[in-house]
Amino acid sequence: MTSSLSAVAYLGAAILFILCLGGLSTQETARRGNLYGMIGMAIAVLATVFGTQVTGAGLPWIIGAMLVGASIGLYAARVVQMTQMPELVALMHSMVGLAAVLVGYANFIDPAVSVGLSPAEKAIHEMEMYVGVLIGAVTFSGSVIAFGKLSGRIGGKPMLLPARHWINLGALLVVIYCGYAFMHVSNAAEAMTPMVVMTVIALLFGIHMVMAIGGADMPVVVSMLNSYSGWAAAATGFMLSNDLLIVTGALVGSSGAILSYIMCTAMNRHFLSVIAGGFGSEGGSPVAAGAVQPAGEVSPIQPAETADLLREAKNVIIVPGYGMAVAQAQHTVHEITQLLREKGVNVRFGIHPVAGRMPGHMNVLLAEAKVPYDIVFEMEELNGDFSATDVAMVIGANDIVNPGAQDDPGSPIAGMPVLEVWKAKTSIVMKRSMASGYAGVDNPLFYKDNNRMLFGDAKKMLDEVLAALKSR
Amino acid sequence: MSLLIGVPREVFPGERRVATVPEVVEKLIGQGFRVAVQSGAGDASAISDEAYRGGGAEVLADADQVWSSADIIFKVRAPAAEELPLIRPGCTLVSFIWPAQNPDLLQQLAAKNVSVLAMDCVPRISRAQKLDALSSMSNIAGYRAVIEAAHEFGRFFTGSITAAGKVPPAKVFVIGAGVAGLAAIGTAAGLGAIVRANDTRPEVADQVKSMGGEFVPVDYEEEGSGVGGYAKVMSESFQKAQREVFAKQARDVDIIITTALIPGKPAPKLITEEMVKSMKQGSVIVDMAAEQGGNCELTEPGRVVEKHGVRIIGYADLPSRLPKQASTLYATNLFRLMEDMIKTKSIEGDRVNIDMEDEVLRGTTVLKEGNITWPPPAPKLSAVSVVPATASRPAAALPKAQGHGERAGPMAGTATAIIFGIGALLFWIVGRYAPAAFLGHFTVFVLACFVGYMVVWNVKPALHTPLMSVTNAVSSIIAIGALVQIAPPLSTGVERPDEWIRWLALGGIVLATINMFGGFAVTQRMLAMFRK
Repeated sequence: MTSSLSAVAYLGAAILFILCLGGLSTQETARRGNLYGMIGMAIAVLATVFGTQVTGAGLPWIIGAMLVGASIGLYAARVVQMTQMPELVALMHSMVGLAAVLVGYANFIDPAVSVGLSPAEKAIHEMEMYVGVLIGAVTFSGSVIAFGKLSGRIGGKPMLLPARHWINLGALLVVIYCGYAFMHVSNAAEAMTPMVVMTVIALLFGIHMVMAIGGADMPVVVSMLNSYSGWAAAATGFMLSNDLLIVTGALVGSSGAILSYIMCTAMNRHFLSVIAGGFGSEGGSPVAAGAVQPAGEVSPIQPAETADLLREAKNVIIVPGYGMAVAQAQHTVHEITQLLREKGVNVRFGIHPVAGRMPGHMNVLLAEAKVPYDIVFEMEELNGDFSATDVAMVIGANDIVNPGAQDDPGSPIAGMPVLEVWKAKTSIVMKRSMASGYAGVDNPLFYKDNNRMLFGDAKKMLDEVLAALKSR
Repeated sequence: MSLLIGVPREVFPGERRVATVPEVVEKLIGQGFRVAVQSGAGDASAISDEAYRGGGAEVLADADQVWSSADIIFKVRAPAAEELPLIRPGCTLVSFIWPAQNPDLLQQLAAKNVSVLAMDCVPRISRAQKLDALSSMSNIAGYRAVIEAAHEFGRFFTGSITAAGKVPPAKVFVIGAGVAGLAAIGTAAGLGAIVRANDTRPEVADQVKSMGGEFVPVDYEEEGSGVGGYAKVMSESFQKAQREVFAKQARDVDIIITTALIPGKPAPKLITEEMVKSMKQGSVIVDMAAEQGGNCELTEPGRVVEKHGVRIIGYADLPSRLPKQASTLYATNLFRLMEDMIKTKSIEGDRVNIDMEDEVLRGTTVLKEGNITWPPPAPKLSAVSVVPATASRPAAALPKAQGHGERAGPMAGTATAIIFGIGALLFWIVGRYAPAAFLGHFTVFVLACFVGYMVVWNVKPALHTPLMSVTNAVSSIIAIGALVQIAPPLSTGVERPDEWIRWLALGGIVLATINMFGGFAVTQRMLAMFRK
């Protein structure tokens, strides 16, 4: 294959990647979009393997490595539970990051790449290499920690070191200094030291950054790491002068950046304050509740009564949260939904943009349970309908249904858009206990007259509700 | 000195309602008002003067005293000719007005320099539902219409099998599924009748079903929703198709209840004499639009007539025929209005100054201190009519349903200028120092960022997880970086630590491939789950 031919193949692959992302705009075209992505990837890999930059000697190695990778990847994709998607995605981000680091190092120790470059080009090349490894390392360690947090191997609480902003700033200065040193040494052996120092610092920085972020901010972190993995690929593309890598990396990078932005808007938080980490870090302790302490009685309810309420309702809106994912209750939810819909009850789902641990997490869980996607709505689409709703059922969600966000300007989550479940005739909150959500804010919803609490494990309680519904 | 609310007795012949009830008097006093009721105002609603006193109201002997002392007058019917001279200039009047039908009245009131809140002009938005007196009256009227029909109808509504033989259920056809229509459907279904209903607005079909009725569609494509959830005038060919449906129903059903009204227009004639003739002997028509001319050609407003063996009820005072209920609901509507006025500081201390910025009050106010403020500017679309449309159409057709709702509005001028300034500076630095080869890549990079930005904005929130896993899979394109390092064609004379590079690159390939296959496979798995 000539180099022009592979360039054209790369162009085709780039277009297919764009179509792939475009296809995801609706459920109808999404599967085709994924197919485009696969074709694009196949073209890109084949054009590279059979292109001018790979000689025959490498083929056995490549095939061997790809077979190993493919089998691991396919196996993981098959066995992963849908509730574990966030972990899986985080883990995959870490692989892209690590791959970027490895490729960067391989490029670094390869004297062949800088033969025949002018001094300016060489400087640019070294800088690209340096930045590529830097982003890759941050992505790698950050994703590993995110994986740990999401899978529960590391506690979800933000770890706040004293003076952490200064630590970060210091790390940044060291990285810049190393970069300066890296570009001004004469030979590769000397350059190794700043490179390794930078890599270690970048790894530590990634760990520190994600450790400082609380569990509820995880959607932002996951999408941010998604973005980083794209930028890592783009930086590698610059390093290797490969336009396809640049284009693809930029697509992924901007996609992740947009997702992070959307998640931040959904929580009414500033991107920087999420990244800086720690909820309520701007002053006061994390439990500093708003000016208005909710007061009043909490009315508990039994599953049988819940079933009665649901049976008599005409309009029901279900608001799922992370608790549903933890309890793996989505299938029971679907059965209840099906039963009620057969009885002519209008059941709909209201999804808050940051429900769960990654963007769109709830939608995937409901889809897994075969809930039809046309009864699953976004917060904005449903919020006007709560006043005409008989029962709003909140399953394992807390902060996203907190009326304090609207009523109480002193609340730490003030201004965050929330699902207005309290406007329904009756709201039922399913929760294990009265503990507050990740934001550490007490929820006035629980004390409202029209609210009932159904305490217990979501799955177990829903099973009982389902049984009660079926019994009559 | 707090504001005094005066409630005179209604003077319109046959009007049995009253604008407040003792329970509401208590609430009004709780809000800081004083209340004066004309003696005998509640008689027709079975509320004695004693009861009003018990609620805390002052009972005044005649209308003159009420009108002359009150700051705010609560009424049901628009002021009659004999009441106009009693109105004290500068006071505030709250009642039904029907400004479109009564332009003269509006002028006369304007001359009195009063403020008038017309309860028939409350905007139909969800926030105003609690003070929507038209809805609460229609609800009562719909109920009463069925009761009147049952009274004139010679049979049971519900079907049953008795020792004396089988009784078929009555069949009721309701035209217009607004508040009154839905109430009629619910009441008739509650009595056991088979209820069918038709409306020009197809989105109310679900509401009809929810009340226990069956929706009879007109087989003709035309969107019948006008502004604010009301119906609008339909095209000629639609009307023809509609008449065919009605004619067919007329032959089959026992009772027809018509509620079709178009704001500001005479009621559409939907039931022709032919259709009446085709109905069974002993059938009943309740024409709830009688006051606006009637939906049936043979209706005589205010009376029950028998034509071709069919009784046609043209009462225009259905709510007033359930006086206690109507008075209570109307009084509550007025109370809610007062609450809103206090909340918006339209009432503060003993001063009334209607907040014209508030959408609800703006729409309701037809006269402000003698200035005619009717009609209000066009209302915003109500949530009722928009939401079902959003839900029923495919998402692709509506930009709103896709992506992330509204994007942020245009940025402020300075912010834009600063961003552009920084951008220009960066570009200048790049252009000044970077070699040509880099610039090519840089161009590609920046353009690709923008393409990504444009494409991803369109992704539905529901697909964010698949989006992340697919972008993740796509980012394993980094494999190419590793591939080209394994065994590149070397120019002669270059020494290269082959082993090291190979192992590093192999590691990169394995990692990227895990990602590539795993990412695409898991995305496929997820997407396969999404179904309608």
